[in-house]
Amino acid sequence: MRHIISALVQNEPGVLAHVAGMFAARGFNIDSLVVGETESPEQSRMTIVVRGDDRVLEQVRKQLAKVVAVIKVRDFSGVAHVERDLMLVRLSVPAERRGPVLDLINIFRGRVVDVSPKSILVQLTGPEDKIEAFIECCRPYGIKELARTGVIAMTRGAKEKE
Amino acid sequence: MMAREKKAKAIDSKGKARTGAAIFRQTLEAEGVDTIFGYPGGVVLPIFDELYESLDKFVLTRHEQGAAHAADGYARSTGKVGVVLATSGPGACNLITGLATAHMDSIPVVAFTGQVKTTLIGNDAFQEADVTGISRSVTKYNILVKDVKDLARVMHEAFHVARTGRPGPVLVDIPFDVSMAELNGEPDEQIRLPGYKPQLTGNPRQIKAAAEALNASKRPVIYVGGGVILANASKLLRELASKANVPVTTTLLGLGALDQDSELSLDMLGMHGTAYANYAVQDCDLLLAVGARFEDRVTGNLAEFAPKAKIVHIDVDPSSISKNVKVDIPVVGDAGNILEALVKLAEHKGRKAWFEQIAKWKKQYPMGYDRKSSKIKPQYVVEQICEATKGQAIVTTGVGQHQMWTAQFYKWKFPRQIISSGGLGTMGFGLPAANGAQRGNPGKVVIDVDGDGSFCMTMQELITSVNYSLPVKVMIMNNGYLGMVRQWQELFFGKRYSATKIKSPDFAALARGFGATGMVVQDRSEVREAIEQSLATEGPVVVDFHVDPEENVWPMVPAGKSLHEMKMGPLA
Repeated sequence: MRHIISALVQNEPGVLAHVAGMFAARGFNIDSLVVGETESPEQSRMTIVVRGDDRVLEQVRKQLAKVVAVIKVRDFSGVAHVERDLMLVRLSVPAERRGPVLDLINIFRGRVVDVSPKSILVQLTGPEDKIEAFIECCRPYGIKELARTGVIAMTRGAKEKE
Repeated sequence: MMAREKKAKAIDSKGKARTGAAIFRQTLEAEGVDTIFGYPGGVVLPIFDELYESLDKFVLTRHEQGAAHAADGYARSTGKVGVVLATSGPGACNLITGLATAHMDSIPVVAFTGQVKTTLIGNDAFQEADVTGISRSVTKYNILVKDVKDLARVMHEAFHVARTGRPGPVLVDIPFDVSMAELNGEPDEQIRLPGYKPQLTGNPRQIKAAAEALNASKRPVIYVGGGVILANASKLLRELASKANVPVTTTLLGLGALDQDSELSLDMLGMHGTAYANYAVQDCDLLLAVGARFEDRVTGNLAEFAPKAKIVHIDVDPSSISKNVKVDIPVVGDAGNILEALVKLAEHKGRKAWFEQIAKWKKQYPMGYDRKSSKIKPQYVVEQICEATKGQAIVTTGVGQHQMWTAQFYKWKFPRQIISSGGLGTMGFGLPAANGAQRGNPGKVVIDVDGDGSFCMTMQELITSVNYSLPVKVMIMNNGYLGMVRQWQELFFGKRYSATKIKSPDFAALARGFGATGMVVQDRSEVREAIEQSLATEGPVVVDFHVDPEENVWPMVPAGKSLHEMKMGPLA
């Protein structure tokens, strides 16, 4: 089962290596890992998408919490939450064939952020399944290049007590 | 374990600026460090210069691995944090085996390594290695200090992390320019680890559930690991076992938590544990694990481990709970705190049928070997060492057959008595660990029961024993083989002794070459006399016992089998 794990960590050199190393050493499989500063420059948030059964996930959470620089760990499974992935994708569509592609982009509420005679660059945000659906729809037009940030997530409603 | 109250003053009374190296020395003093094991080198020159006035606290080993194991042996035998100091690059790399050994057995060690100048880091400078990168997975925590103002704080944090919670090794990497830099003003010494909060008190509801399960149980067993010893909770463990009237088995690292003369002792369990311990575990209705982690050498086939038992697991590390076996009642916290609460709630129960069953197993499957053999049986040597030292020695080991015979045939009486690499199984651990243990316990008899293979891995440390007048007694069970591997080849690989027959040097002559005393024992009748003589000899002694070359360790649970499927060997 897919889990989104969020870890609040100290914003220090080596923390990412520590966490990534722990995942590798214990044989946990990561789908994506995103790191960014939080509202406090002393802390960063890592959002990790990982797959495994309940026992594996219990170990993932505990081993993550055990890393000294990790302050807090939470698993979004079973919790109402919002998740977002950001994608940039370059599609090779010459000007004369752009019409249907632009329709598609509208349906997915994406944005064209760069244009050249032979291609367009599209920005799309959303949960992973939406992004993946868009990728499938675009394939026939020719994907030249694709980059994704990986998932970040937050619970719905008021911020829970830490 | 309490955080130190005393703090170093990085500025003297006149307000003069101090170098990183001076802060280093003063912070060690504030932490109460009385012994540093290590080896000098280029980028740690400023630190060694600072130590010049207090060299009585420094033990120069002959290899950094020896220093790491010595710090480990010091920590295991004294309960204090072991400290090791090495230079950058090769010096730091040589620590890795020692750190991994300490990490697997949760031993509090703080390693300080020199690093090239911060401006050179990443440039492949002379003797540069990414030491925090290399050591990350074999330390509890590690950190590169980039600014002299952080040095004191990071050092205090290192000691704090090493000795609290589930203890473990911590590495602090100090670049040359940081130890040379001068700090003006007060250094920051306040520990700041927002992510580090070991849980020490057990949940009262869980403790109550554990006590109820124990009180209701008809066939309970307490399974003790090294965590009880690390938590200094052996006395409470003994109280609980005797108040609740429950038999106790221990892992290799848990030996000594209970006096083996006790009626309640089932001795060691696991792959080379006693039959009565393994049968009791397989038949018990409640297994109360304390400070143990259900390692594969202990459990055998996990699917059939303690199949009838409800499992209570007390551990300070939440990630140990339900890692290998599904636990029914987990209690996370310090073993001492939790055992203290359990002692109060435990009720005395007779459990006559259970103790009768255990007595039957003990009678039917006692530990033994061919006592009538004319050859020198290694088990006999261990028994004689035990008798000659009245069971009071601190005993270190290498890894292999001799380690198991030592665990099986020495009668362990007190915690911190056996110093052995359990988790990592590090050959060569015995002699340097004995040096560390002897340094930390000057008046006590320290014995290294070693193998001819293991001893050769770190024998250069004998010169450290000689130089520092550490009167360790090395008893080599010399069988001409890498015995444990040979045993597996005999049993599971058709006696094809691939690369396990070894030729050793004349150990006695070698010992004399080092300035120690050397002895050879080739006849059974000389064994006891030689041990007595070595104990009476001043300074380090190496005794080379030419033991039966193809003796095996019994009983044995073949890898992957269940505990009750143990093979008794010729004992049965």
